[in-house]
Order: sequence, then structure tokens, then C-alpha cells
Amino acid sequence: MDLHLNAPYCMGTIVGVTYDDGVVLGADSRMTIGMLVANDSVSDKITQLTDKVYICRSGPAAVLEFVSDYVRNILDQQTIQFGQPATVKATANLVRLFSYKNTNAIQMGQMGMIVGGWDKYEGGQIFAVAQGGTILKLPYAIDGSGSSGIEGFLDRAWKEGMSKDKAEKLVVKAVSLAIASDAASGGAVRTVTINSDGVRKNCYPPDSLPLCDDKRRRTKTKKTTTTRTERRIDAPKP
Amino acid sequence: MAKASVDARTKGGFSFDLYQRNEMLLKKGLQLPKFRKTGTTIVGLVFQDGVILGADTRATEGPIVADKNCEKIHYIAPNIYCCGAGTAADTEAVTDMISSQLQLHRYATGRESRVVTALTLLKSHLFGYQGHVSAALVLGGVDVTGPHLHTVYPHGSADTLPFATMGSGSLAAMAVFESKFREGLTKDEGIKLVSEAICSGIFNDLGSGSNVDVCVITKGQTEYLRNHQLPNPRTYTSTRGYNFTKGHTEVLTTKVTPLKSKKQAAEVDAMEE
Repeated sequence: MDLHLNAPYCMGTIVGVTYDDGVVLGADSRMTIGMLVANDSVSDKITQLTDKVYICRSGPAAVLEFVSDYVRNILDQQTIQFGQPATVKATANLVRLFSYKNTNAIQMGQMGMIVGGWDKYEGGQIFAVAQGGTILKLPYAIDGSGSSGIEGFLDRAWKEGMSKDKAEKLVVKAVSLAIASDAASGGAVRTVTINSDGVRKNCYPPDSLPLCDDKRRRTKTKKTTTTRTERRIDAPKP
Repeated sequence: MAKASVDARTKGGFSFDLYQRNEMLLKKGLQLPKFRKTGTTIVGLVFQDGVILGADTRATEGPIVADKNCEKIHYIAPNIYCCGAGTAADTEAVTDMISSQLQLHRYATGRESRVVTALTLLKSHLFGYQGHVSAALVLGGVDVTGPHLHTVYPHGSADTLPFATMGSGSLAAMAVFESKFREGLTKDEGIKLVSEAICSGIFNDLGSGSNVDVCVITKGQTEYLRNHQLPNPRTYTSTRGYNFTKGHTEVLTTKVTPLKSKKQAAEVDAMEE
């Protein structure tokens, strides 16, 4: 697995949580090329696969764009065949199959995806598809380079049966914390809330995020006056 | 019993069979032949009436300037143009290929080409070659759905932006854009900003140089301003010229050898139309 230093990567942080009525997906918006930040505001890491199923992508940009387009193509055909929108489980499995079958071919580094959505059979569901093709159905999931910093936070903060606003605030807080501690995450926080009523997208610009000025890292320095004593070094007297 | 036919996938892409032999030759000291790159500054921006693309005109072969005035803004469709950075052969081949495919598509549909069509074709081609086709492109055009500007990376990912830069001089050009770009520029302001960004690349990046090419695409009209600015004129030209008359060089010895007379050509019929 080598990291191509000239290829764009969307490593960042992606989060998906379920709440009582549906799911909230969140992601940062930083794209990096090698050590350079390509842009901090353009990439939308949450892509639509079908009406009420979205995928959060983290990893090499080219491969993930391809996966999204490929799965969306198959789902469009399935929707026509079955006469109803695809279920979240079917979508997640399509993503998983692509990952599993092409593990050896994709030599571009870590790839993690979170498929989240709402369907009428099971309600809101979150599936984490990891590198290699593991699929896990979870109440909440995180992935991306910045996710390791917020594992503990999310374990404590997520509670069963939250309301929509609380869930969205939790996702924004989690991604902001990840942005503050990870170099490959940054920019705005984008959220997508999916429930039986529909899909609502939000964007939280970088200035509005908690921890945007990284207050937790700053230690208070006391203002002190420094007295300067001048030491004059005279030439040695003969 | 009828055997179900399996479509064997045609082996496309690159063949890496000689990889070990090449490595062995490199170790023995053989130099790889240099290929011509367009170490480049290419930019694009969306203004109020459409899209403006810009490019420098230097093509390099390692440390040597191979072409002082090459064309980096390639034609894709009458309303779509594409700037290319990376290996010159790759950008030319890819853009020519997509241009042909779009022409056939226009004949089949009878409609003006759309930028997203060109984008999808470019993306799928480049992704299939997994980044080995080194073509980084700024694709811009105006179609029925409005003005579009995209960047395409060699690995097959794409971005949609209001202003974009690519190539070795992209950071210099992006600095100019980030400070001076705003939505709703007029055509003259846009051309001025694009020229400034390219000049920034020309003067601050070794891989970019020579002149500024600009292409303005609006609904129904495209203006290709080849060599819009020439900020690097040839300064030291001799006014006397390079005529060396007889007497400039000292002659030491003279030897005259008459050529043998040629045989007369056989009578042949002229080629008929």
C-alpha cells in the first residue's frame, strides 16, 4: 500500500450516527495532495448513492469517486427493476463487494467508507465499510485519519434515542474535535440528516465551529515586564 | 453441449513485463531517455458570462526548454477547451481522443456537447490507467446548463471550482487568484487576472515561461487569444544581422572535386488525379 504523493486524498474525518428517527452523517472538507493542502472548502465527502442513502468517503479521491459512481449506476438499475428505492443494507453490500473484490488492485492507501441512510424496512442504519471489505452494522461509526482522536469522545457522548438537533450537534462537535487535532482534517463541517421526511444538508463554515481558535491548546501567559541589564564588555586594558 | 462464451477482457493498459530488465539496465548505468513534459502553469476561472482559461507556453525536456511557444490550451469542442499539464504526449493524446469521441457523440445526438460529458470521459480514461497517464487538466466550457470549470487529476478524480490552477506553477498562480478573485468579474477584469496569474507562474516557476495564452469561452462564442501577452521578448538581437560575407574567414587550402554526371531519368507518365 503506497501513498501516491501526487494523487489527491480525502483522508479527513467522517462520522455517522443514528438517532431515534434516522441518521446524521458528517465530514470535514479538506483535500490533500502529498503534504500540500489542495483546498479546504471544495470537496463534499458525503455523496448521494440513492434517494435516502449517502456514503461518506475517506481515502484516495479518484478511487472513491469511481466507487460512488459505479454503485450509483447499479442502484439506479436496481431501483427501476424493483420499482422501489434500494435499501441501505443492499447499498452497503454493493460498496463492500467492490472493496472486497478489488483490495489487491487498489494500491493507494487506506480507504474507509460509511454508508448511512433510511429505508422503510429498518429505519435509519449506519454501515461501516473498512479497507479490505469488512462490513459492520453499527449505531455510530467514525473513519478517516482524524477519527482516532475522537474514538473515546464518541463512545461517551453517543446515547440511544437522541433527538435530531442533539445528534447533529454531536456530529459537528466530533468533527470539530478531530479537525483541531489532525493535520489532514480541516475546513468546513458538512452534515447530511436523513430520516423518513427526507434529506437535509447543512454546512458549518470553519469560523463557526467550536474550537476554531484552538482555545484548549492555549495556555495563559502572564504579562511580565522584563528588565534588561546591559553588560558592557570593555576592551581589555593593557 | 453449448459452451457459454465468456468475453475475455481485452488486455488494455500498460504492459510492465520489461520492468525487471529496465531496473537491471538502470543499475548498470544506462540513462533513461527523457520525455518532454509541460512543467506548467495552467489556470481557469468563471466570470460573469462564461469561462476564461489561461496557460504559459514553455515545454521542457528535463532542464532544457524544448519548445518556447507550445500550445497548451487544447480544443475539445467548439464550446469546450482544456488546458493540459504533465507529460505533453499524454495531454495531447487524451484531449485529442476525447475530442473525437465528443464529435461522434454530437453527430449521433445532434446537440451541442456538454462539459460533464467531456469530464466523465476524461475521468474514466485516466482512472483506468491508474495515474500512469500523466495528464493534469483544467477543463472549462459553456453549454446549455451554464459555465463549468473542472480540474482533473492524473489518477482520475475531479473537482468543480470557480477558479483553478494546475501544474508546477500552480501555487504561484493560486496565490494571485486567492487574493484577487471575486464572483462576477467582467471579461476584461477576468482576462487581466488570468494573465497576472500566468505571469506569476512564468516568473516564479522554472518549469513555466515564455508567453501567455488566453481562451475566453462564452455562450455561443469562443475567443482563443494565442500569445495574448509576450512578457519575455528576445532582448539581445544584433542589428547588423548574421551575414558573413566572403573575406571574414581566412582560407588555408582549396580543393575542387567535380561531381560525376547523373544518368538521365527514364521517361515516366505523370501521376493522374
